[in-house]
Amino acid sequence: MTDAILTVRNLTMAFGDRVVMEGLDFQIRRGEIYVVMGGSGCGKSTLLRHMLGLQEPAAGEVLFGEESFTRAGPADRERLLRRVGVLYQGSALWTSMTLAENVALPLQQFTKLSAARIQEVVELKLALVGLHGFESFHPWELSGGMQKRAGLARAIALDPEILFIDEPSASLDPPTGRRLDRLIRELRDALGTTVVVVTHDVASIVGIASRALFLDGEARRAIAEGPPAELRDHGPDKVRAFFAGGRGLEPSPS
Amino acid sequence: MAREGDQTEALAAMEASREGDSTLLLRLRGTWRLAGTLPSAADVTRELERAGATALRVDASGIAGWDSGLVVFLFGVLETCRARGLPVDHEGLPPPLVRMLALVQEAALPPPSSQAPKPRWLERLGRRALGWRERVRDVASFVGETTVALGRFVTGRARFRGQDLGLLLEGAGPGALPIVALVNFLVGIILAFVGITQLRRFGAEYYVADIVGIAVARDMAALITAIVLAGRSGAAYAAQIATMKVTQEVDALRTLGISPVEFLVVPRLVAITLMMPLLTLFADLMGILGGAAVGTTMMNQAVASYLRQTAQSVTQGDIVGGLVKSAVYGALIALTGTARGLEAERSSERVGEAATKAVVTGVVAIIAACGIFQYVFFLFGW
Repeated sequence: MTDAILTVRNLTMAFGDRVVMEGLDFQIRRGEIYVVMGGSGCGKSTLLRHMLGLQEPAAGEVLFGEESFTRAGPADRERLLRRVGVLYQGSALWTSMTLAENVALPLQQFTKLSAARIQEVVELKLALVGLHGFESFHPWELSGGMQKRAGLARAIALDPEILFIDEPSASLDPPTGRRLDRLIRELRDALGTTVVVVTHDVASIVGIASRALFLDGEARRAIAEGPPAELRDHGPDKVRAFFAGGRGLEPSPS
Repeated sequence: MAREGDQTEALAAMEASREGDSTLLLRLRGTWRLAGTLPSAADVTRELERAGATALRVDASGIAGWDSGLVVFLFGVLETCRARGLPVDHEGLPPPLVRMLALVQEAALPPPSSQAPKPRWLERLGRRALGWRERVRDVASFVGETTVALGRFVTGRARFRGQDLGLLLEGAGPGALPIVALVNFLVGIILAFVGITQLRRFGAEYYVADIVGIAVARDMAALITAIVLAGRSGAAYAAQIATMKVTQEVDALRTLGISPVEFLVVPRLVAITLMMPLLTLFADLMGILGGAAVGTTMMNQAVASYLRQTAQSVTQGDIVGGLVKSAVYGALIALTGTARGLEAERSSERVGEAATKAVVTGVVAIIAACGIFQYVFFLFGW
């Protein structure tokens, strides 16, 4: 597989002596929507933090394309991270800025676009997430779901190659969550963005994932990987039970 | 899709031509990247006007690659056409782009009622003036609420955590000792210098011990300590409580039925009001030692005789008066700090603002109180 945009190789994650996950090995291909799933507290978000360099691996490494991110120096890391957009679970908008300023900041800092062009891009990105007309609002004036969408607009401001999303549907009502799923698919289709999603929302997984990785918190390793429908129907017992737990809540759109 | 670095990419270009009598055909070619120079929707508008077209067809079969730049352009074109009621045929676009544009347009809700226009300066002035009444009421209700909560505290019915109070006592007291000691020692030195140089003109420099001792014990120790604590603890209280508002911790207390005034304000008020007199007593000592350091070296006086003279001039009343004042200053620091924190809005910027305002109002309140004390003490001849 030469089209791997992100590779996790033999990764062990630990907090001090407490090992969270051991021997993680997987590749994410360009243009796919890759979902990391598992129960609460199994280490999904920790894995995300490792892939973003917010936490250092106890062993193993993360590669962007062919380049090791784990071993890269600060300057190289910065360059690699420029290709990445992140939507945090709590959306992490800068509260002292308006939505437009939040989305505009990465554009102002990392592109040479004119102010007028930046404004156009900001309007488009906010319209994409359904927040057209909310440009001059501050984050605290919005609902949690709207903050989440604004966070997504900021994450895609620079047309990232890889978009990381931590729990996209947390704090969203199901229709809004499904709309966000649709948006994620459209982003991939229209702009070729590779999307890495961390979630435990079964409906969302079946709806968007090209492939999914199941982390088992008790075994401290990944126990299954594959297209979600396959995992749901033919995966290990634990994985099928996980999918069954959410069955009947949402019809799967795929 | 091709990424950055391809120097061979054809530039983005747009070609408009008439198709039939009334349709403008827009042919897009090349690579449309945000970073490059792209045609704008305004160009399309101009072409539409020139051709007098009543419909638009977009053909993108010549496009080699794109990013958001193309989407921005198309979004602008679609919006223009929608505003003019022109039908747009975008069958010629790649399907994913059509779907994305559909998503944008369906989401383009009518913008929410725009926020009120910025008022003019006269109106702003008026609003501020009228706002004063509200401010006074807010302050009064905060002080009232605190008094009631303090009553509950004294009778042992207030809800707060004992260990919080312990930490606050430690932070406001022992934690501040080194800086209070240093600053007051320096103030003692300054007073002694000024005193000696001025008194020397009357040959009365021998009285510097009296002057430094009385000034420090009556006012300076309490005042300086209070200003240091306003910067240290007052700002910290404001920043912490304002952050708790950002993270909704204050709301969480309220919905549990715990009064934030009882839980947050009272322990801080008690801690700093108790610690201020103790710190001030220590500051008295440091200030006098600072004076002694200058007095003994500049006048070749023995330390013992300098201190004996200080002891003769400074009365118990001077010291107790200073301690009483310091307790009041302490209460002012706690009240201004916590009030500024509680009134902050939910934004990180406001946290910094709250801390700044806490120090400013705290220091102003302390100095105003000091002035009032001077007058009252003078009236009663204390």
